[in-house]
Parts: sequence; structure tokens; C-alpha cells
Amino acid sequence: MTTGPVTAGSLGAGSPPPAGPPIDLSTRRNRVGERIIKVLLAGSALLSVAITVGIAVALLTPLTTFFSNVGLGEFLTGTSWTAGFGDKSSWTDKDWGVLPLVLGTLSTTVIALLVAVPFGLGTAIYLSEYARPKVRKVLKPLLEILAGVPTVVYGVFALTIITPILQDLVGVEIFNNLSPGVVMGFMIIPTVASLSEDAMSAVPSALREGSYALGSNRMQTTLRVVFPAALSGIVAAIVLGISRAVGETMIVAIAAGNQPQFTFNPLVGAQTMTGFIAQVASGDAPQGSPVYYSLFAVGALLFVITLVINAISIALVRKFRQAY
Amino acid sequence: MTMTAAPPTPTARLTRGKRTDPRSAVFAAALWLCLAAACVFLLIVLATIVAKGWHRFDLDLVDNQPSRLRPETAGVQSAIFGTLWVMGGTILLALPLGIGAAIYLEEYADSTKWWNKLIELNIQNLVAVPAIIYGILTLAFVVRGPISVGAVVIAGSVALALLILPVVIITTREALRAVPREIRDASLALGATQWQTTWRQVLPAAVSGIATGTILALSRAIGEAAPLILVGATVFVTVNPDGVLDRYTVLPVQIYRQVSLPGIEMEQLLWATILLLIVILLLMNGMAIWLRNRFQRRW
Repeated sequence: MTTGPVTAGSLGAGSPPPAGPPIDLSTRRNRVGERIIKVLLAGSALLSVAITVGIAVALLTPLTTFFSNVGLGEFLTGTSWTAGFGDKSSWTDKDWGVLPLVLGTLSTTVIALLVAVPFGLGTAIYLSEYARPKVRKVLKPLLEILAGVPTVVYGVFALTIITPILQDLVGVEIFNNLSPGVVMGFMIIPTVASLSEDAMSAVPSALREGSYALGSNRMQTTLRVVFPAALSGIVAAIVLGISRAVGETMIVAIAAGNQPQFTFNPLVGAQTMTGFIAQVASGDAPQGSPVYYSLFAVGALLFVITLVINAISIALVRKFRQAY
Repeated sequence: MTMTAAPPTPTARLTRGKRTDPRSAVFAAALWLCLAAACVFLLIVLATIVAKGWHRFDLDLVDNQPSRLRPETAGVQSAIFGTLWVMGGTILLALPLGIGAAIYLEEYADSTKWWNKLIELNIQNLVAVPAIIYGILTLAFVVRGPISVGAVVIAGSVALALLILPVVIITTREALRAVPREIRDASLALGATQWQTTWRQVLPAAVSGIATGTILALSRAIGEAAPLILVGATVFVTVNPDGVLDRYTVLPVQIYRQVSLPGIEMEQLLWATILLLIVILLLMNGMAIWLRNRFQRRW
């Protein structure tokens, strides 16, 4: 490529013959490279669909084996789960009722929401309606750090710092659902706060000005005008918070213990769905054993639950985007 | 103060309206307390980590391998190297695929077509899938099943790449969307092809946004333990991995393992490991914030 001027030979193989007009705008040049690139890019986008399909296949295939040994009714309505006990290769000496795990997940999630919803919404309202832009610029990265601390660290914090305090205050057991629930709640505050703040910031300022013009103060404007107008976005934020709490693994695996218990009492430890999956995985369950298959059954249930929650959240977000 | 007896002027009435009544003062205080509670919680967590971790935050931590016999001088070198290897693989897998998918959706795809809508909806959903599910997916396809590489570094990389792929796609799309239409139009008008426009104009203009989003996604992956437990990072590993097909452990999984080990020296080592992980994460977060403030362009 030492020649200075561009000759016909230095153009790609797909270039038009030099005999024609210098630049022909009417015909599209057939650029192979461009098309290859487009196909590659589309392929990487399609990979995301393949991941979802892969998740479905990975979870559903082992289910046939699981449900040929365990009745669907027993799985979904049984109140005792003893998959981790007894003979490792036997299906029959164990109880396969998943409800204790579901209840464990439910109790930690409810506790987390009792913390995350009020504090998250308060934070969101403050940042959106009260804080000056400079204050907001400092505080938002700080909240991002709160969400960015690894969950395994929060788990250790819950077990070694929060649990001893709660033991003195309300007499919880060493492994309990209150401590991980509370810590999880603080972890979810940024999720709830950031999405709710987006929803409230999206409310047009004309609505606020109208409210002020009618004589209401900032609190009345916030609670009676901005909050209702942003409600679907706020609910979507809370729903996403629920999905985070349901899927959270490390905090509950460390601080809630490994005992599946059919109880809603947060003072004792009740294993969650994610906690069970983590426990089985750390114990290196032999492939093909009943416990190995039950991991996929619990995983499938977890995936379905979060899928439904996410669908609700996505639908709500769409609704609030279309509002104005 | 001569106005006291006179009826308030319109200006005075407006000023009086600004005065807060007790209820709204309490309301504002409550909001402020919510924010303060979140910040105080974060500070307590960080202070605890520093206070408990700095005793053992020394060179032994980096130089030595994990040991149950000598917890007082044990380190986490294998986990540090494991984290570096796994993250290297994650970067190589997730970045090209994630950025490629984002370019397709933002620059090439016709968003009114149903298949493109499906891809978008699917990515929105994948963001909220629990991390542990990606572990199950990798376990079924990569560790065992069709590929069956076993519990090695590359399996951990795949699990974390799957986990952060949707996040990379979404943040990259936001960065691309911030590049004004006019830049693309000008490039196309000068005769550049769509790929030349994307590669030479749009991507350079969006690179700081992409970098910021990517670093935040990677900082999420570096602290994630749940999917890696499923793909074999729980083993007690005391040698550094030499390649993508070696057995491995990573820092968060090392922390998870150390929680259940007894002894005061073990506990000090545990908190020192946590401190190390937090320092790495804060550096990454700081870099992302610096990049955002330094290179953010407003059109």
C-alpha cells in the first residue's frame, strides 16, 4: 500500500469496475464486512435470549427426574423438608415439602421490606423534593456504595455484629431470620430509593407549581401531588426490591442457618430457598443424587417466583413512563 | 415594624406562606432521618471492617496461602490470584458480547420489530434474575452437562459473565444513547458506512460512559459469591491457578468459607480479607466516579 493515489485495485473486491461513472449513487455497494459485523452484533444480542432459554432448559430437564420420584402436590404443599438428611441415595426416607423454605424466604423478605420501604421512600422523597442539587450529588454515590458492598460481607456483618445485639435486645437464636432480614433491608434501600427518586423526578414540575399556586406547602405538595403521580414507579421500585430480597443468597446462607423450619417466627433460624441451594452446593452433592435434583427443583421455583415479580415490575414501569 | 397594624401586603403574605408549620417540619426531619439512617448504617459497616480488619491487613495476607494450621500468618494469595484469573475471563467474555449487543440494539436494530422488542424485554428480565440462578445455569451446561470442564476458573468466569452481561448491555446502551444524532448524521453524510460511523464516531464519544458502567458491573462481579459456590469455588485451594482450566477460589468465597472456622486468629484473618475486598471495591467505585466526572461530555 505504498502508492499514493487511490487506485481501483486498492479498493475492496466488491468495488464497482472503474469503467463506470466515478461515483454511482444509485447502486448499493455490496459490503461483505459490514454485513458480517451486523450479523455478529445481532448474534451477541440474541445470546441474551439464548441465556434465558438455557436457564429454562437447565432448570426444567432435571425436574422430570425429580417429579418422577416426588409428587408435585407433596412438593408444593408439604410442610416438612428434610432433603439434607438421611441416606444420600434414597428418595423415600425424606420429606420433600418445599413450604418451610418458602416460608423462610417469605419471613426474611418481609423483614427486609419493613426496613427498606419506609427508609428507601423517605430517602427518595428527600433527594427528589428537598435536597439541593449539590447535596444530591454527594449523597447518591454514597448510596451506590451501600448497594455495592458484597453481600457476603453483609452476611458476616449480620452474623457477628447485628445478631449479638439482637440477642441482648429480643433474645434471638444465633441463627435467626431477623438479623439477615434487617441487614438485607438496608442493602435494598438504594434500590428502592433510586428508582422511586427517578419516578418522582419524572413528575412534571408544572404539577408542583400548580399545587404551590393553590397555597399548599412542600409537604402537602409532596404527599398529595408528587407521590400519587409517581405511585406506579414507586410500586415498581418496591417490587424490584422484593425480587432482590427473594433472590439474595449470601446474607441468609451465613446468618439464617441451615435448618428448614415451618415457622414464620423471625427469632429462630429458618432456611430460605437460596440458603438451601447454597448449602447443597457447598456440600458438593454427588451428581444424580436426590439432593442434587432437589437443588434444581428449588431453583426452578425461585426462578418462577422472581419471573412473576419482575414481570409485575416491568409492566408497572411501562405504565409510569407512559403517564406524562 | 410600622406595618404591623396594616393588613399584610401581597408580598408579606407570600413570605408568611413560606414559613413551615410544625407538621411539615416534622415530616422534613423524618425524611432527613431516613437518609441519615442509611448513611450511618454504611459508616458503621465500613468502620467495623476497618476496626476489625486492620490488625492483619499486612503483607502476610498477600504473600501467604490459606492455612488452618497457622491462621496467625495465613494469607489469601490463592484467592487473590483466583479473583484476578476469574475476572480476566469475565472481562474477555462479557465486554465484547455486552457492548456488541448494545451496539446492535442501539445503532442497528429496528425497535418496532417484535424480535427486537423481545430481546429488550428479555434483557430487562435478566437483570433481575437472582445471581444464584446463573450459577445453576453454568453448573448444568459448563461444569457438568454438554461442556463438562469441571469446577475450574473458566466456569467461574462464565457464571460471572452471564451475571453482568445484562448490566453491561443496559449501561452501554445508555452511553450510546447520550451521543447526539447529529454526529451520526454528519458521519453518514460524509460517506461513512454505518460501522465506520459507529466505530470511529459513536464509540469514541461514548467510551467514558461505557467504561464507567463496565467498572461498576465488574465491581458487582468481583464481590459476588453465590453463583461461584455452585460452580466449584468452595474447595480449599492453596495453590494459585496457572490457567483457565485450574481449580480456584476467589475472595468472596474465601470469606464465606472462613466464617465457619473457629479461633480469634481466623476471625482476624476473615476481617482482613473483607477489608482487602472492600478496598478493591472502593478503588473501583472511585475510579468509576472519577471517570464520570472527568470525561463526561454534555452536548
